[in-house]
Amino acid sequence: MSAPSTAGDPFVIGGVTLDSRLIMGTGGMTSHDALRDALVASETAMATVAVRRVDPSTRHSLVDLLDGLGVRILPNTAGCFTAADAVLTARLAREAFATDWVKLEVIGDDRTLLPDPVELIDAADQLVADGFTVLPYCGDDPIVAKRLEQVGCAAVMPLGSPIGSGLGIRNPHNIELIVEQAGVPVVLDAGIGTASDACLALELGCDAVLVASAVTRAVDPELMATAMRHAVVAGRSARRAGRITRRFHAEASSSFEGLATGPGVSTAQRAETAGEPVDPSSR
Amino acid sequence: MTEASDDSVLVTINGNVEQLTTATTVDALVALWCPSPRGVAVAVDGEVIPRSLWPSTQIVPGAVIEIVTAAAGG
Repeated sequence: MSAPSTAGDPFVIGGVTLDSRLIMGTGGMTSHDALRDALVASETAMATVAVRRVDPSTRHSLVDLLDGLGVRILPNTAGCFTAADAVLTARLAREAFATDWVKLEVIGDDRTLLPDPVELIDAADQLVADGFTVLPYCGDDPIVAKRLEQVGCAAVMPLGSPIGSGLGIRNPHNIELIVEQAGVPVVLDAGIGTASDACLALELGCDAVLVASAVTRAVDPELMATAMRHAVVAGRSARRAGRITRRFHAEASSSFEGLATGPGVSTAQRAETAGEPVDPSSR
Repeated sequence: MTEASDDSVLVTINGNVEQLTTATTVDALVALWCPSPRGVAVAVDGEVIPRSLWPSTQIVPGAVIEIVTAAAGG
């Protein structure tokens, strides 16, 4: 296998190095085989699963699939509306998957699926005290993100826009504010619709993205997983490279010096038009 | 709810009332409900039962039992 995309630029959460800045969700896929193909194409190192009542009719084991691919399991508390439910779900997940990592999700209503910050911070506080490595899904409010970090979360995972909406990053400035103040990794979670959204998240300074529906509900999930893999690498590289300052007007990258001129137009006249300094002796 | 016979046990498993024919343990219940105990967790009356305690934890009448595992999700 080739070196991970994070070689020389490690991505670390809670002391654990992950070999990809693309975290995958597993919900929304049409088949077990399609999910496997997308996970392989994504080259992800970690994927989320939900915790649900056993369905005796299910033939495929998601745990076996992820274990077989060497993908770390990140259980979520999706569907929980209260801190109490989320804490119970996290404890069940810890027992089921032998991991103390949890993507903490406490939603406020089932129309927007937006996080309930009051219940979220309460649940995070309880789970951190219970020894969990907590990765909370939160809104794009920098103050909530700060509070989550203060109670001991190992990362913060602000949304770009509502879950499954594919609306991208609606408030890039807030994401930049969260990145600027954060002492823990920032993972853009929810709202990504296509590769450019994931790329932008990394360009804004996020350490990683979590993508579910954008891949699993794409027409060709495997190909979109490949696109996302490239997007996070491109976005991270661009972030580290340092983008140029935005300008209101153009700035030529080719010098006007030495430009050949046609009849009737002197080099000095052309330079003057371009706003460049003109040697008076050349007039 | 039907009248239980002498040694049967009425419990709630994953939201449904079930009649167990005999007294049993969490361990035996998981074996009955799941193809494999891997990736499975059990809560009884809202308390998670650690895997190490499954064989010694008796199911008592009226217990509310949740048996969960991984499902696809974001």
